This record gives sequence, C-alpha cells and structure tokens, in this order.
Amino acid sequence: MAYSDKVIDHYENPRNVGALDKGDDTVGTGLVGAPACGDVMRLQIKVTDEGVIEDAKFKTFGCGSAIASSSLATEWLKGKSLDQAEAIKNTQIVEELNLPPVKIHCSVLAEDAIKSAIEDYRRKQAARRAAREPKAEAGSEPQPAAGVLHDR
Amino acid sequence: MALRLPIYMDYNATTPVDPRVLEEMLPYFTEKFGNAASKSHAFGWTAEEAVNVGRERVAKLIGAQSATEVVITSGATESDNLAIKGVAEYLQDKGKHIITTTIEHKAVLDTCKRLEKQGWQVTYVPVGKEGLVDPDDIRKAMTDQTVLVSVMLANNEVGTVQPLEEIGKLTSERGILFHTDAVQGLGKVPFDVNATNADLVSISAHKMYGPKGVGALWVRRKPRRVRLVAQMDGGGHERGMRSGTLNVPGVVGLGKAAELAMLEGKDEAARALKMRERLRTLIMDGLDQVFLNGSLDRRLPGNLNLSFAFVEGEAIMMAIKDVAVSSGSACTSASLEPSYVLKAMGVGDELAHSSIRFGIGRFTTDEEVEYVGRLVVEKISGLREMSPLYEMYKEGVDLKSVQWAAH
Repeated sequence: MAYSDKVIDHYENPRNVGALDKGDDTVGTGLVGAPACGDVMRLQIKVTDEGVIEDAKFKTFGCGSAIASSSLATEWLKGKSLDQAEAIKNTQIVEELNLPPVKIHCSVLAEDAIKSAIEDYRRKQAARRAAREPKAEAGSEPQPAAGVLHDR
Repeated sequence: MALRLPIYMDYNATTPVDPRVLEEMLPYFTEKFGNAASKSHAFGWTAEEAVNVGRERVAKLIGAQSATEVVITSGATESDNLAIKGVAEYLQDKGKHIITTTIEHKAVLDTCKRLEKQGWQVTYVPVGKEGLVDPDDIRKAMTDQTVLVSVMLANNEVGTVQPLEEIGKLTSERGILFHTDAVQGLGKVPFDVNATNADLVSISAHKMYGPKGVGALWVRRKPRRVRLVAQMDGGGHERGMRSGTLNVPGVVGLGKAAELAMLEGKDEAARALKMRERLRTLIMDGLDQVFLNGSLDRRLPGNLNLSFAFVEGEAIMMAIKDVAVSSGSACTSASLEPSYVLKAMGVGDELAHSSIRFGIGRFTTDEEVEYVGRLVVEKISGLREMSPLYEMYKEGVDLKSVQWAAH
C-alpha cells in the first residue's frame, strides 16, 4: 500500500499520543471501533470552562491510516470550540491525508471518536450540574461552570 | 558481513532464482532456443533433451519412477486447476464428490468452488487449532461418490506440515485419487510420492529458487494410471494433458532448482530451522503476549507466523518497513477480511489482524535474523505504547468483556 507523505509523517511522528484523566469532569473520552475489526481509537479532549478544547490525546490500535487519522484529529481539535470540533467531517481528514478509498473507514472512525469524546464531555457536565442542583427549579438557568473547583 | 537493507524475509511468497539455476537457464534463451516439440532438427532435439533432464530431476526430487509422469505447467495454480478439474471431469460418471481442507491455497479452494457450481459436492474438512488435518476426519468424509482428496503438503501461511502418509493410506485403500499441492514443502521437508501414495502432485519452481511462471503436475502412471481431461486445448503437448509450447529455459530452471533442493535441502532445512528458532526466541523473550500460529513441531523449518496482540499487522509492517514480511491482517488485502487460514484454525479476528509471517530461506543470514529480532521487539513495544488495547490489558481490563461497537 503506497501511503501519502502526510500519512507516513503522522505515523512516524504521531502527535499527542497519550492519556488524559478519564475521571476528570473537564475531560471527554471517546472509545470507538472494535478489536475484531482491526481498529480501535481512543480520543480524549480536555475542555476549558469557556468551552474551548485546550488539550487532546489519542491512542489507536489499527493500521497506519487509522493512526494518522487520529493523530491529525487531535492536532485539529486543539484550540477549537466544541461546536467547531463537532463540525469536523471525515471527508476533511480524507482530503488532508490523501487516503485511498479502502482506508476511508479510518477517517470515519476518527470522526466518530471526536463526536463520542464531545458527547462524553457533555454528559459529564450535565451530570455535574444535576448533582449540584438536585432540586433545580423549572426554567432555572444552568450555572456557568466558571470558578468551580474540579475536586474529584 | 555488512547488513543490507531492505531485508527479504518472505520466502513463503517467493524466492530469488539461485545463481546456479540462472546459469543453467541462460543458454536456452539464446543459442539453444529451439522448440522442444520440433522433431525435425537439432535445435528441437537440444531443447527436448534439456526438458527431459528437467523432468528427470523433478521426478527424482519427489521419489517418482519416471520423468514422463511430469507434466509441465505455468505454475502451481495451473497444476492445481488441472489436477482437480481434470480428474473431476474424467471421473464424473464414477462420482462427483471431492474432499479437501479449509486451509488449502485459493488455487484449490476456488477450483473446488467452481466445481460446486457445476454440480459437484465438495467437503471442506476443518483443521484443529494447530492448523493440522486429522486423517480420521478425511476418512469420515469419504463416500462411495468420492473420487478425489486434495490436501496440501505444507501450508503457505502457517507452515504446518500435514500427515499425508496417513491420508494417502486411506485414499489408496478406498481407490480414491490423492492430490497434494506440495509447493511449500518441497526441498524443505521429506516428501515421497510412494510413501504418501500420492497420485497427483503440484510443484512450483519459484518457491524453491527457480524462476516464476513454471511448475509441474506430476501424474502417476504406475502401478495405477491416473487419467485426466486436459483443460487447455491445442497441440497436444505433454502427452495430451497440457497443450502449449514449453517454456524451455523455465523447465531447465525448474529442474536445476529441484536438483539443488534434493542435494542441499536437508542441510538447508537444518540451517533455516536454527535461524527460525533464534528469531522466535529473540522476539518471544523480548515481548509479552506474542502467540505462535500453527504447530511448532509439524512445521516448515523457515516459517514463523506470530500474532502480536494489541497491535495491527499493517502498522507493524510499516514500522519495520525495511523488512519484507507478510500479514494476515485485513488491512493488507483488498477484501478487508483477515486471513481465512487463521480463521479456520480458530484464531480470533483480533489476533488474525495482528499476525505477521516471517519466511526464512537460502540467503537469509544470521546478522539479518539478529537485526530483525531486535527491530521487531523495539517497534512492537513502541506501537503498544500507542495502543489503547495494550493500556487496557495492562490495567487488567478484560477486553472480551468490553462492549465494542462493531463497524
């Protein structure tokens, strides 16, 4: 399989390999794929109180394209708002890495991983708000997260 | 000796032509260019003589009596097609049942599948987790309609060597023809047409240091004469079994390769085995969660097929890009399905995706083995640092208990 230089670059020098604390409320984790299918991606984002992604990490089991797709995704995520991050499409990854048709599923998986991480982050935030205001009045505005100590 | 990159470690896929083989072939391209079928002049006679020497050497390698039993083909795929389709067609009034195994080469499996579409019954006998066929399963599959059993000598992916002597005993007792695709095993493990009671044997030159594009089908004449219907019509060459002008330099090369395999095969096998075991030890001592695919004892000396849990085969091949190996991972095939051989042995999809086949051969050096062993340990360790599955394994997560979203 002849890979583009960009795939080889991301494969040989993967950006942002690693892990963030799953238990942290400001961290969203997406774990997608299946070992039996030959690829699993774990993508994590750390989000500021302003809703900006300040850090992103990945670990991937898969072929070179899968590793490159997730590496690229973490690079793109940093500095983006959640809405911007959510708008990332797999076709952009395909274009940037010049993936051949047989490897398009790697980019799809990367998009799924981004969405899954954002969803996880939002679920955690919602749970935290719910825990803080167990008897919230109907129609009350959710409190901004600013200034809250993340003590768990 | 200085190490030269890239390193070839894929001898189960093909082998380089041995310089001694090439040397014998060369005159048959130029000054000795005659058509072996030309009976009227010296050019033809010279070519015919050379072809006959080639046949004799092939016959000798497999313990056959007569050179005339060797039908030259374009390679083992054609030999498999000719053996199975030719016999099936010839014996269709006697019975239309064929027995083979689930781990045969595609040249056998796809030939059988075509026959199935045309009305034949085929039983695909499964193999155990070691990649070996139980002769008793072959026996149980036999019916009074069975005309042919086809079982390979050695498997191309996992190198397992099948119990052909036991199988041949069963076929000869029942008067069923026995075909074997011997391509991977010839010159590496002992093989004899009489000890195995084989009736048809597929042979390829390029797997034993001969040229590509030439092979043979050995068709027994004594004590029982095996007949088949030609699958290529034309000038009636090869005793009517395979028409087409002979590839004379190719046959010369096939013959020389067979001779070298006979003379040097035993020593070479011992050498390859030593290197294979050194490579296996280097890798298995350096890494955890590495699994050998296929039997260790009944195995081609130069074949090592390993699954490296938690890392994917194609990624491994990219990481060791200066070493030419193969993988059973889906990502390396157009079908996106992992190896059917590993699947047939009960290897899970995840480990099939993680498999690498190393093939050691005549020109492999000790330095190469040392280099590859260390490189594999280093690169797999690196890839595992990047693998979420390895991290989960290290944390004690049972990966089988995780609800994965299949895609």
